[in-house]
Amino acid sequence: MVERGTGSIRAENLRKQFTRPDGETVVALNDVNVTIKAGEFISLIGPSGCGKSTFLRLVAGLARPDGGSLLLDDAPITGPGYDRGLVFQDPTLFPWLTIYDNIAFGLKVRNTYHDKKREVQEFIRLVGLEGFEKAYPHQLSGGMAQRAALARALVNHPKVLLLDEPFGALDAFTRMNMQDELLKIWEERGTTMIMVTHDVDEAIYLSDRIIVMTPRPAKIESIINVEIGRPRSRDLPDFLRLRAKILQILDFAGKREEIQYYL
Amino acid sequence: MSVVVKSVGQTEAANQGITRIRFDFRTLVPTISAVFALLVHLLVPNSPRYTLKPLPYFTITLVAVIVITLALTVLSLFFRRLREKYAFKSWFIGAFLLLLNLLNIATIKLMILPVIYFPNPDRILKVFADDWAFILKCLGYSLRLLATGYIIGALVGMTTGILVGWSKKWSYWVNPLIKIIGPIPSTAWVPIALVSFPTTFTASAFLIALAVWFPTTVLTSSGISNVQNSYFEVSSTLGAKSIHKILKVALPAAAPSIFVGIFNGTGASFITLMTAEMMGVKYGIGWYINWQKDMLSYANVYAGLIVIAVTFSLIITLLFKVRDRILVWQKGVIKW
Repeated sequence: MVERGTGSIRAENLRKQFTRPDGETVVALNDVNVTIKAGEFISLIGPSGCGKSTFLRLVAGLARPDGGSLLLDDAPITGPGYDRGLVFQDPTLFPWLTIYDNIAFGLKVRNTYHDKKREVQEFIRLVGLEGFEKAYPHQLSGGMAQRAALARALVNHPKVLLLDEPFGALDAFTRMNMQDELLKIWEERGTTMIMVTHDVDEAIYLSDRIIVMTPRPAKIESIINVEIGRPRSRDLPDFLRLRAKILQILDFAGKREEIQYYL
Repeated sequence: MSVVVKSVGQTEAANQGITRIRFDFRTLVPTISAVFALLVHLLVPNSPRYTLKPLPYFTITLVAVIVITLALTVLSLFFRRLREKYAFKSWFIGAFLLLLNLLNIATIKLMILPVIYFPNPDRILKVFADDWAFILKCLGYSLRLLATGYIIGALVGMTTGILVGWSKKWSYWVNPLIKIIGPIPSTAWVPIALVSFPTTFTASAFLIALAVWFPTTVLTSSGISNVQNSYFEVSSTLGAKSIHKILKVALPAAAPSIFVGIFNGTGASFITLMTAEMMGVKYGIGWYINWQKDMLSYANVYAGLIVIAVTFSLIITLLFKVRDRILVWQKGVIKW
């Protein structure tokens, strides 16, 4: 069990760039400064090209920063590790493993499966996949596969859970269910959650803070505190006000982008 | 089509596959064809030019076939699954027996085929009756040689494939080698292999290994380099080290491609085995065929061919079973 109070992320002057095949340098993340407290639920929102997925990959350790520093509990992130779980939009379950073996994968490669066998079953129950242990991924619906991917990341008790548009491919009804389940897990375990999303409602419904990002150059436009008591309802006036505000920021950024285009 | 003879129709019985007694006329087709062949064989006189002593083997075989097919027909009355399967296959089995019948007519009854090269079924069956111990011994030699070369080739091929598919350094040094050596048919190495190895057995094992090695290597490495990167990324966020990524992600993800390579290698290994045995290996089923050909004993040649056909097709079937088992996750039909 991860003790509560760990899993804080601090980025200082974080910078990431890519070189395109034609030799031109593209700045994917420019001068990002943000502190995410342990146990916080953060959403990253913004149009494509704003660097939100890049930020997530940097925290996951799948990419190296080109400048600045990125700390997990005050220690620099040097590569991927099981203390930072990752869930993609595509569940990317291993198709050759059963649901049970997919979820047990983390424990098995870390050689802790023998002691923690029981937890696999616990997590299967937590995400409501009892009875599907022996199924293969191609036999599951999109929602069920994403639950399995969630359980696979959670079984390692990560300090931080990174979610890259995890519910983007699900239908509206399944998505709302999954959001509630994610909240339940978060409240129970106190894991720091960093989620990339396109969906403003989803961000407001789930997050403590919303980081709004804009492209060209990719940077943080503003950080919004969501001061609405939980459980939240999607039709409260506060909810709708916040929604309008975020959309306005994004819309403004979009217009500015357009103007730049015409220039 | 099918006639209800008697109804036992209870649901418990239905669940056990014993529904009611039903007769499908197709289940009699093989028997009818066999009886027809037997009648022709017994009633039509042999060609007056056929001077050899008549043999009992074709008659015995046909009687055995009649007994077995009749038993299947009777069992088909009771078991639905067997009935459907047997009825489906019945036309083919009947046609195959008819072909044997025609072969018998063309050889011993009319003698329209050159008698030396096309022995009648009786003479081929006689080879099995007289020579089975020696043929089995030859088969044993062949299988030992095949297994030695095949296992070495497949293991080395998979290892090379993993290294080349996984590491850029290995790919840089080994890939050109694969591209040059690989396409040479392994039988082209016969002259060199025979002088480089101490025994013909080791030389042939090497050639078979080489034949299996190439396709296994190529398809293993291409399978591994085509694995979706996100599988590796996810596995590393789950705590997987390089060794896990190779053995627990790359290898299973590339398994479908590896099997294609192994299947290609199997075909190549059969060709190489036969060539090696016909060119120098003492004993073995290929050697047997070649030797009998030189003695103009074509009945023995056919017997050898039949043994090869059955053995190789069993090996392929076995390989398919192994593949289906390992790639069970690929199929959409598993029930759980």
